[in-house]
Amino acid sequence: MYEFNYKRPSTLDEAAALLNEDTVLLAGGQTLLPTLKQRLAQPEALVDLSAIESLRGVCPDGDQLAIGSMTTHAEVAAKATIPALASLAKGIGDAQVRNRGTIGGSIANNDPAADYPAAVVGLNAVITTNKRAIAGDDFFTDLFETVLEEGEIITNVTFPQPDAAAYMKFDNPASRYAIVGVMVAKTSNGIRVAITGAGPCVFRQTEMEAALSSNFSTQSIENINVSADGLNSDLHASAEYRANLIKVLAKRAVAQIDG
Amino acid sequence: MSTETGIGASVRRKEDKRFIIGKGRYLDDITKPGQTYGYFVRSPYAHAKINDFDATEALKAPGVVAVLTGPDMEADGIGPIICGWSITSKDGTPHKAPAHPALAIGHVRYVGHQVALVVADTLQQAKDAAELVEIDYEELPHVVEVGDALAEGAPQIHADVPGNLSFDWELGDKAAAEQAISTAHHVTRMDLRNNRVIPNAMEPRAALGEYDMGTDEITLYTTSQNPHVHRLVLSAFNGVAPEHKLRVIAPDVGGGFGSKIFIYSEETVCAWATKKLNLPIKWTAERSEAFLSDAHGRDHETHAEMAFDSNGKILGFKVSTKANVGCYLSTFASAVPTYLYGTLLNGQYTMPAIYVEVQAGFTNTAPVDAYRGAGRPEATYVVERMIEIGAREMGIDPGEIRKRNFIAPDAYPYETPVIMTYDSGNYALAMDKAQETIDYAGFDARKAESAQRGKLRGIGYSSFIEACGIAPSAAVGSLGAGVGLWESAQVRFNPTGSVTVFTGSHSHGQGHETTFAQIISDQLGVPIDQVEISHGDTGKVPFGMGTYGSRSLAVGGSAIMKAIDKIVEKSKKIAAHTLEASVEDIEHSGGVFSVAGTDKQMTMAEIAFSAYVPHNYPADVEPGMDETAFYDPLNFTFPAGTHIAEVEIDPETGTTEILDWVAVDDFGNIINPMIVEGQVHGGLAQGIGQALMENCVYDKESGQLLTGSYMDYCMPRADDLPTFRVETINTPCTTNPLGVKGCGEAGAISAPAALMNAITNALGKEIDMPATPEKVWRAAQGL
Repeated sequence: MYEFNYKRPSTLDEAAALLNEDTVLLAGGQTLLPTLKQRLAQPEALVDLSAIESLRGVCPDGDQLAIGSMTTHAEVAAKATIPALASLAKGIGDAQVRNRGTIGGSIANNDPAADYPAAVVGLNAVITTNKRAIAGDDFFTDLFETVLEEGEIITNVTFPQPDAAAYMKFDNPASRYAIVGVMVAKTSNGIRVAITGAGPCVFRQTEMEAALSSNFSTQSIENINVSADGLNSDLHASAEYRANLIKVLAKRAVAQIDG
Repeated sequence: MSTETGIGASVRRKEDKRFIIGKGRYLDDITKPGQTYGYFVRSPYAHAKINDFDATEALKAPGVVAVLTGPDMEADGIGPIICGWSITSKDGTPHKAPAHPALAIGHVRYVGHQVALVVADTLQQAKDAAELVEIDYEELPHVVEVGDALAEGAPQIHADVPGNLSFDWELGDKAAAEQAISTAHHVTRMDLRNNRVIPNAMEPRAALGEYDMGTDEITLYTTSQNPHVHRLVLSAFNGVAPEHKLRVIAPDVGGGFGSKIFIYSEETVCAWATKKLNLPIKWTAERSEAFLSDAHGRDHETHAEMAFDSNGKILGFKVSTKANVGCYLSTFASAVPTYLYGTLLNGQYTMPAIYVEVQAGFTNTAPVDAYRGAGRPEATYVVERMIEIGAREMGIDPGEIRKRNFIAPDAYPYETPVIMTYDSGNYALAMDKAQETIDYAGFDARKAESAQRGKLRGIGYSSFIEACGIAPSAAVGSLGAGVGLWESAQVRFNPTGSVTVFTGSHSHGQGHETTFAQIISDQLGVPIDQVEISHGDTGKVPFGMGTYGSRSLAVGGSAIMKAIDKIVEKSKKIAAHTLEASVEDIEHSGGVFSVAGTDKQMTMAEIAFSAYVPHNYPADVEPGMDETAFYDPLNFTFPAGTHIAEVEIDPETGTTEILDWVAVDDFGNIINPMIVEGQVHGGLAQGIGQALMENCVYDKESGQLLTGSYMDYCMPRADDLPTFRVETINTPCTTNPLGVKGCGEAGAISAPAALMNAITNALGKEIDMPATPEKVWRAAQGL
């Protein structure tokens, strides 16, 4: 890696004040540090958020579950009161990644194969930053792109408690990122089906949502034709195969909820 | 003694303590005073001409000591990297091995090709400076797949190798094989691909050169499976230093799987540069460099035809293979797809006629050389897929067709049509045990139960054979080897009765420090904690040929037995003198020397003490107890066995789950059953990895390595594997004193065929390795 300065502010305001176009936020570092080691980025400084205590923790509050942005995947897996979310966190990377990687870091990075975007969109979460609250549906914009602006720091992600939810993931056998991940949820404002891994960015499968809203069963999505258009194609999975997995995993998620 | 720590005991590995408590001493743990760091500038292109090289800015960078290039080495008279085995083509011409300078001269021929070494005070400075080296590359057309490379009109990789063909080799009787095929009741014809894999030893390759101006001696620490071979080649061919002024030390080495046999550019450069600069220089590969520049394995394209009579008896076998050897011939690259491949195509069967031809093609990829099994997995894959497919086509049970073709247990020594003489075996016994253990008879019921759950169940066999313990020097010499393949051992008693064994076999995970100590403990009655095994340092151990091809016990262990014979012979003389008996009356058993028919005896420890304090000592015997032996094997050894894999496929996703795995192997006599089982487990993991997930892919368009990290190159992990059921049968090898055959590669050799036979059995159609989920899904869905 190239040399850089390292800063570890203890308050959110200090952290925000340090941000500029040459600095990068360090959350869990599970993407950033490998990038630096390969000399693919050369920031002037890293601003490490790990000393800001208020950013950490899993806090159930009535029908809401607020998770601090610096909460590790392992903590979410152990403490989240939404089983589908806990199970999703438990399936991220490996033990080392789960003990370092954070929910805020993951969603801010918006890797197309990351798991959390499916939870944020599928469970209709709200993302709170030092500047505003953003609906999960509006947060992810494109491959590695979000609506976050310069100087904006995610403070927590709040998940409304769903009536029922299930996350099904098909691992990339090498990286164990999601080749396809499907979150199906019965929420207070309707059925949601969020797909990660398959496209350039997480998206909702609205056709399935409609079908499941009228009849929540595996049969109701059996005849939906999932198009491969616009889906990712790589060494491990073609778009056509991903389209198949979307349907298979959605059915399995529905079956798990029904079961 | 022998029951607890001798031959046949599952002694816990002596070496593990230091690894478990973090006191292993790997190369990167070694630091020398004044040490500098080397970083290699590598080609970003698959094939290019170097028009200009400019290190001006790099040399001005902080901490930089030097930037060294191929022309610098050439000017110093350093010779190119060599291939140590000469193959003769059908037309009688020797293989083409284009000059391979350790640092590129004029051209680069693969992504990762070493172009220059930047030496600086710190690694960070070396890497910073490497970015300042300016190289004007002119890209040239490239080719990465062997079929494309050997096709007409392919880009030329070396000016002196027309058509990119290194050699076109054959073995066996072409006319007889073709005659059998043309008249047979049934002929099975298949194209088979043996996918390319990357070794991925846990410790990446590394080298540390240190020069002593006072003695004019170079010490090269390097991750080598065979430090004396490194010393010999670096001295005799590369001219780095005279042999007596070059010491090669391979300290604790974290895995090799073949990839650390070879003499690579990086250690050659470090050994040369340390003297040139009079500074210690250390280079440790990053994982990315390991992916790019370790010698890869396998990569065959094969067409095979197997002829059967109406009972499923094999009549003839014809195999045509194109082997990708990468951009240069690595140290043993030419032997792997020839004498370690074609000679094993007879399998465990009686085959009246065999013919094999192999074209080796250069490509713009990393060199390909021996990787766990080396040629024998490729051979087993062809034989065991072909007989299985033949059985399917003819409607014969796959176990039954093998039994009908097995060489009978009383037919040894058995001479095959492809120049091997098997000494011993009992193939039907291994098959019977494997079928019984996995409950082969109950498979149909289990398949039906899976079908009820919407799953496809499959079962597959691999009845493999391999040739280990390489090899009689005269035999391999006649086939083109540039070296002898014997091994050395020195057994040194210390005056207090403890023993140090110096062996030319190198241990990099195999457990020699335990297995070899068990031999001493068993034969000479020395407590195992009084036996030290020393290896890996040419300054300490007698010249040895190293570890590969499952040879350490069969050849290195036999050398220890020969040294023990000398110890016993000398000890008898000392005992006879002390006990006032004649030498002929001295009997020896497990370190106790007694006078026949009396209760007079001496222990080995007493004799050793007497040898060093020879106050009452025979006049015609030298003092000391320190014997060296060299052992040249009489034959290869032939481990064999039957593995049966049972899988279940999810047709909706294409996921394959391995439900059961039974391995019944004949390794001859076994010294340490626990270590043997561990070796089988490791081999199986690698073989399963190749069949299910590992795959080295170069992009045809760009020539870039697409699978250059663990994000894309899929290594098997514990949760990908079943609980293996490993059993052995033991027909002792008849050609070495321990009766051992070798176990290190068996799993990797056998597993791919067993697993692919199981998967294709489940699918009802043929697919190539690796059986990735998408490939299996497509087959299951008929896409």
